[in-house]
Amino acid sequence: MSDSSAPLRKTPLDGLHRELGAKLVPFAGYEMPVQYPDGILKEHLHTREQAGLFDVSHMGQVVLRGPDPSAALERLVPGDIAGLEAGRMRYTQFTDESGGILDDLMVLRREGDLFVVVNAACKEADVAHLTAGMTGHSVEYMGERGLLALQGPLAAEVLAAHAPELATMPFMSGREATVAGVACLVTRSGYTGEDGYELGMPAEDAERVARALLVDARVKPIGLGARDSLRLEAGLCLYGHDIDTGTTPIEAGLAWSISKRRRTEGGFPGDTVIRRQLADGPSRRRVGIRPEGRVVAREGVEIADASGAVIGRVTSGGFGPSVGGPVAMGYVEAAHAGEGTGLQLLVRGSARPAAVAKLPFVPQRYYRGA
Amino acid sequence: MADIRYTKEHEWVRVEGDVATCGISDYAQQQLGDVVFVELPEPGRSVSKDEECAVVESVKAASDVYAPISGEVIEANDALGADPALVNSEPLGAGWFFKIRLADASELDGLMDEAAYQAFVGELG
Repeated sequence: MSDSSAPLRKTPLDGLHRELGAKLVPFAGYEMPVQYPDGILKEHLHTREQAGLFDVSHMGQVVLRGPDPSAALERLVPGDIAGLEAGRMRYTQFTDESGGILDDLMVLRREGDLFVVVNAACKEADVAHLTAGMTGHSVEYMGERGLLALQGPLAAEVLAAHAPELATMPFMSGREATVAGVACLVTRSGYTGEDGYELGMPAEDAERVARALLVDARVKPIGLGARDSLRLEAGLCLYGHDIDTGTTPIEAGLAWSISKRRRTEGGFPGDTVIRRQLADGPSRRRVGIRPEGRVVAREGVEIADASGAVIGRVTSGGFGPSVGGPVAMGYVEAAHAGEGTGLQLLVRGSARPAAVAKLPFVPQRYYRGA
Repeated sequence: MADIRYTKEHEWVRVEGDVATCGISDYAQQQLGDVVFVELPEPGRSVSKDEECAVVESVKAASDVYAPISGEVIEANDALGADPALVNSEPLGAGWFFKIRLADASELDGLMDEAAYQAFVGELG
């Protein structure tokens, strides 16, 4: 937790946010735009229809170097890093001895090193964790840097106008590209379920790239409010809410991120617990939840079965603008995790009917081109 | 034209005869952001002044709405079911929440008039 009396940090785009009329709120120790004048609903819908530009510069960008960074990182994560080809990236988690999740992260393998992006709220702890765990290797936290996310069905066209080669870069790959005269590290990835990119650049160049993208009429600035509703509809976990040290990747439905080799070989914290859950099934599971009516069920709402017995808890919930109704995710006892299972959500003292729903709530539209 | 009065919780009330129409202020709807759902009290319910009697759900959070005066709820605004965004676009008009048959008109005396409410909001920064 950050010291509440310390001044909030600003990203390199702070001046631009103010100029655009952003409503700024504290988030992970930073002043971040939660929305711009259009509002969360419009920002969310625009991202799924055209292209949204997000400032995610608060997140941590880290470079891992040394004789064998992949093997060293595999001692801290269950992901397959050794098998990652150069130019490809993967989603994984830092686990602890109980199989709980310390943070989730993206790892890009480059020619000589690994480039890692971690959550803002955990970045200091993650850097310390990496430094302690990657013996014989260097861990460079890149400090203040720009990180922009351009997401939506038109993101590729928008970016191709600056760097045509980016239109066909594969999903979950990364490469260097020059955008608006700035050398950027570009990955095709995101947190919305749509096609999109993330661009990293020096802090002093971030505004220039952002403005160059915003000049395009198809691009609107998007705040954290819509970022949250977009990722929720996409069924993506938010660290500290849907995943934390009390949840294993298996309970969280993230077993897909642990390859067969890593399941068999282990060699990461909590591997015994995770292996057992893979064999026997976890006792609880993260599920999608669709409340039946219009009442929104938010984080913390208790989930009960038909008899009224509490069998779980909502970990993320809100209104899904693209779905047109309330959506949620939470953990329920395994017996109640089947799609379509009837649930009751205890909102403001009364039980509201709901059902387990398949995730994602909206179709994924990741780039599947060559 | 009935005078509008406001509470410190940003509800407004307009009285005609013994019927008070209630809603939330323009300031409140701006603070809330896009409204996606409103939970209204059932007609026939008795409410006391300051009793929580409605919930307005925005994209970000749910907020309680309190009865500005005591009485019996006689009507809830059905239009909000189909179009909760009326709360944002017409908070003082078509976006009204419910109507109450007044129990005690003197309760209005303690509420702020337009000028006093604008001054109050001005201080909130």
